[in-house]
Amino acid sequence: MEKKIRILVAKPGLDGHDRGAKVVAQALRDAGMEVIYTGLHQTIDQITHTAIQEGVNVIGLSIMSGAHLPICEKLMKEMKKKKIDDIMVVVGGVIPKRDILKLQKMGIEGIFPGGTPFDQSIRWIKENLKKRM
Amino acid sequence: MGVARYIKNEKDEIQDVVLQSGIHIKPLYTEKDLEEIGFDPVRDLAPPGEYPFTRGIHPLGYRSREWTTRQYTGFGTPKETNERFKLMISHGQTGLNVAFDLPTQMGLDSDDPLAEGEVGRVGMAVDSLRDFEVAFQGIPLDRIGAGLTINAVASIMLAMFQATAEKYGFRKDRVSATPQNDILKEMIGRGAWIFPAKPAVRLIGDTIEYSMKELPRTNPVSVCGYHIRESGCSPVQEIAYAFQIANTYIEEVLRRGHAIDDFVRGFTFNLNVFGNLWEQVAKFRAARKLWAKNLKERYGAKDHRSLLLRGLFGGGGYGMTKAQPENNIIRGAYYALAAALGGAQTAALCSFDEAYTIPTPRAALLSLRTFQILMEEIGLRDTVDPLAGSYFIETLTKEMEEKIIEEMKRVDEMGGMIKAVETGYVQKEVARQAYEFEKGVQMGELIKVGVNKYTEGEEMEVELHEYRLESAEEQVQRLREVKRERDNRKVVQFLKDLQSAAKAEKNIMPYLLECCKAYATVGEMTKVFKEVYGEFKEPSIF
Repeated sequence: MEKKIRILVAKPGLDGHDRGAKVVAQALRDAGMEVIYTGLHQTIDQITHTAIQEGVNVIGLSIMSGAHLPICEKLMKEMKKKKIDDIMVVVGGVIPKRDILKLQKMGIEGIFPGGTPFDQSIRWIKENLKKRM
Repeated sequence: MGVARYIKNEKDEIQDVVLQSGIHIKPLYTEKDLEEIGFDPVRDLAPPGEYPFTRGIHPLGYRSREWTTRQYTGFGTPKETNERFKLMISHGQTGLNVAFDLPTQMGLDSDDPLAEGEVGRVGMAVDSLRDFEVAFQGIPLDRIGAGLTINAVASIMLAMFQATAEKYGFRKDRVSATPQNDILKEMIGRGAWIFPAKPAVRLIGDTIEYSMKELPRTNPVSVCGYHIRESGCSPVQEIAYAFQIANTYIEEVLRRGHAIDDFVRGFTFNLNVFGNLWEQVAKFRAARKLWAKNLKERYGAKDHRSLLLRGLFGGGGYGMTKAQPENNIIRGAYYALAAALGGAQTAALCSFDEAYTIPTPRAALLSLRTFQILMEEIGLRDTVDPLAGSYFIETLTKEMEEKIIEEMKRVDEMGGMIKAVETGYVQKEVARQAYEFEKGVQMGELIKVGVNKYTEGEEMEVELHEYRLESAEEQVQRLREVKRERDNRKVVQFLKDLQSAAKAEKNIMPYLLECCKAYATVGEMTKVFKEVYGEFKEPSIF
């Protein structure tokens, strides 16, 4: 039997808009993944700590305030420091097109701006995790 | 999305229409429907301005007075925000609604490490009274009311507002602020909470109690169904939860020994407008009637003013789309129509670039023009509650009313709104529905033009508001200046006094006023509260 994908759905920073994160979490769960939802107001330290504790395959950030660039930069730095930069990182939320390349350059592999159909992001995660194995 | 579910046959004929509230709409309504629901024009309608106020809270509606327009406004430094306030006012806006950045909303100063990347991004940065002074410079506060979209630290912002008004020579009984000040909806659907529910509700009680005497023209709360609907609840739940939240705040003030008629008239509501037009209009009419009933029957209110549902009907963020953004201009026009047909006292619209970022001046002004055209050209000032007596609208209003009562009962059975929030019941319900709606859109069962139907056409370039990193640096500079120039001994003393008052459960407003006048910072005052009250722990719903 295939081992379940473990994915952390995290709300970093001060932004309190969690509708998208909770909707995606439910979709991922219905797709057979083990979802850990962090709740609001998480620091990068807390997120990386939880990722390690829970042994996740993927860290998913949901950012609606527009602060995705500084937040993602911080996350990638911290992951390197904690030596977990091999964990896949995906980001969703209010992400303008022009920032997608910048995020990819940081090492964010999957970018799913608001409105991305569930099956698209789920398929992407499953396929790209398979590729790594 | 808010749209109804349309069940069609192969010939694209509509077989059934199911509103988000679960009500089915018939192809035709006649006088028989009014008979069936037991419609009584005296009991169910009455003239506008008379109990139960279904038709409106004023006898002449917009004939005597236009609604107030208040676009949600604020970004960067207080100076930039002040300029935008003046721009909107010069274009005919009649009220203000201040947007604060996330650090301010979360009680953090601009130099706090947790504020990094967020200073001035989604609203104006405020660290001390100095920022408020700049933000409201040259604004006639005796003529223009200021909505303050602030919740966890609403008490601080209200004290700061009073200090500012007094500094500019306005009498505190002449100025009108409306702090949003609704923490329970934060815990359900907006996320800008700090302290646990019980002390947070006590703070709200303090602001209401204080305003009764010191700021009589202030509306100390704007209870929000808006954000709960934005998070995924139905229009019926929007009203039911908003009313139960309001009841929680009412009971906090009654607990202190005050009479209902001494304060409840200061309550206002913030309700959403996106989705099916008829559903929203019926919702507003049912809400007005039920609020009056709620006050009369549940709390024994006798004063006329206590029974009036005064509302900002606006938004509706969730109806706006990223795809084909110019469509949002059209949506805005229809949402404004819903608000007007619903008899709103105040209106605000999300601008067409809503799904991207905070509005450019062009987008914000278009929203303003939408209101002006509606009122000046289309005839929405002509007569009060024009849809009254309609077989359809009166039937729908009654059906909405019944469903709202049902939902309110459910919350009562759970032991009230604080319990419902602490256990996560409401949050679960809201998240579940949000998921259902999203699935509906992705599967094409709920139509969203430009998103899952009529998606042809080129992608449009949208001019976007740019976040200036420099505004964060400027803000931190000013904060450091303020801390250098103020009397730090006074600040330390006043913060100590604030802490003692908070611990003794005294009304903290006079203490906050002293702190603000001494240029204590938002972060410093919040820190005192955090130490006394602790922090809210979100219930896990997964």
